[in-house]
Amino acid sequence: MSVSEMFAALQGALGQDQDIREEIRKVVQALEQTAREILTLLQGVHQGPGFQHIPKKCQKAREHFCTVRTQMESLKTKFPADQYYRFHEHWRFVLQRLVFLAAFVVYLESETLVTREAVAEILGIEADRERGFHLDIEDYLSGVLTLASELARLAVNSVTAGDYSRPLRISAFINELDSGFRLLNLKNDSLRKRYDGLKYDVKKIEEVVYDLSIRGLNKEATVGGGGEK
Amino acid sequence: GSGGFRKRKHDNFPHGQRREEKENVNPPSALMTSFKSFQLELDTRHDKYERLVKLSRDITIESKRTIFLLHRFTSAPNGEEILSESEVKLDAVRRKIKQVAQELVGEDMYQFHRAISPGLQEYVEAVSFQYFIKTRSLISVEEVNKQLIFTAEDREETTNMTSNSHDKEPHTWSLKVTPVDYLLGVADLTGELMRLCISSVGNGDIDTPFELSQFLRQIYDGFTFIGNTGPYEVSKKLYTLKQSLAKVENACYTLKVRGSEIPKHMLADVFSTKTELIDQEEGLP
Repeated sequence: MSVSEMFAALQGALGQDQDIREEIRKVVQALEQTAREILTLLQGVHQGPGFQHIPKKCQKAREHFCTVRTQMESLKTKFPADQYYRFHEHWRFVLQRLVFLAAFVVYLESETLVTREAVAEILGIEADRERGFHLDIEDYLSGVLTLASELARLAVNSVTAGDYSRPLRISAFINELDSGFRLLNLKNDSLRKRYDGLKYDVKKIEEVVYDLSIRGLNKEATVGGGGEK
Repeated sequence: GSGGFRKRKHDNFPHGQRREEKENVNPPSALMTSFKSFQLELDTRHDKYERLVKLSRDITIESKRTIFLLHRFTSAPNGEEILSESEVKLDAVRRKIKQVAQELVGEDMYQFHRAISPGLQEYVEAVSFQYFIKTRSLISVEEVNKQLIFTAEDREETTNMTSNSHDKEPHTWSLKVTPVDYLLGVADLTGELMRLCISSVGNGDIDTPFELSQFLRQIYDGFTFIGNTGPYEVSKKLYTLKQSLAKVENACYTLKVRGSEIPKHMLADVFSTKTELIDQEEGLP
């Protein structure tokens, strides 16, 4: 084979690669759009009246996840199934964002941490690499860390809205999450960087709890049920 | 006394986190159990990555040595000997690549691609350099990959007694060099060819530079054909490639114009000053 023929063949392969990337990018853009819509919807809980409508908002968010599932389904068809990590960086960001949103919904509904399997199910993907398009563990953990900062914000705003018991529950949750993350030996990568931010979220929530306890507001919360009616 | 102190220190330092974890959640909650499995998964992944990085570094070093060895080819009278020695070295490199392939069984190769990519590029450079010296042509990516299919038989030298004949068949491993790794390796090859060109003039070899300039031109044309279809690294190499080609073309030019005027034994001097001049232009030492 002559040199020019070899390079022509390589160019063909690279060109195909580019086409695949282009296709993936289109689907990822659509996914980002859906993710933004869900985020806007859930942002409502930070406003005063939003606290009363949490179940309704979660319900709506879950409906949007149906769109996510169909979009994921089309993403899966855009590239060979065994080359997940070749194109990983294209959907990494949006997948982390979606994990966060799913985790937020699940937290608001049940105040528990969504499992990796459950997120995978909500997003319509697999938890295991062996079974196809899957949720990478680092992406899952990144999404969970985003949830932590969102909950720190929620703790502050729930006090403003007069719900004094929620910060205590958030505090317990975040503390457990923190000790969970401390089990991990993280490398010096982006996940580690985001984990380093977790302590500020923990600190912030602890401050809120402190403010409530020196004013005796936490007792009122446990006795009277706080602002929830 | 001191024993107690030592014990306490030991307790505090590496197990600090474990102590706290016991305080906080006495019965391991669902969350903690799942994080423990995450720990295992992440550690396994990181360990594998580190092992691959180490293998890749070994591959790089051995390939570089092979290239140095091959540079001695033109100047030495015992050319065949050097070629066979380089073959032995490349076999050693391939054994390392086999280990890489074994690490990657059942994995997505691209997940660990960043760990092994530098080594593979260097290997492509070495193997294509040897191929060029032998055949004066460019090795194809298919040819490179053909040499990276390993069977268990290679291993028999060491584990002859223990290996069973029945599990020989399923044990084949292969590694595919990606087009991009191949291209980057070939781009590095051109730098080696440029050095080969200059040094061959030093040995009074007038034909090789012309042959090389033609070959480099073909590769350069190939790279320009690919242009920006490839990733960023490929287009970055294109610039260095252009410089290498310019050096070789200038060498040929000088040979043509002045070669007939200068006595053969002085050619080396002419080129040593010439290359210095080019190096200075680029601001290199």
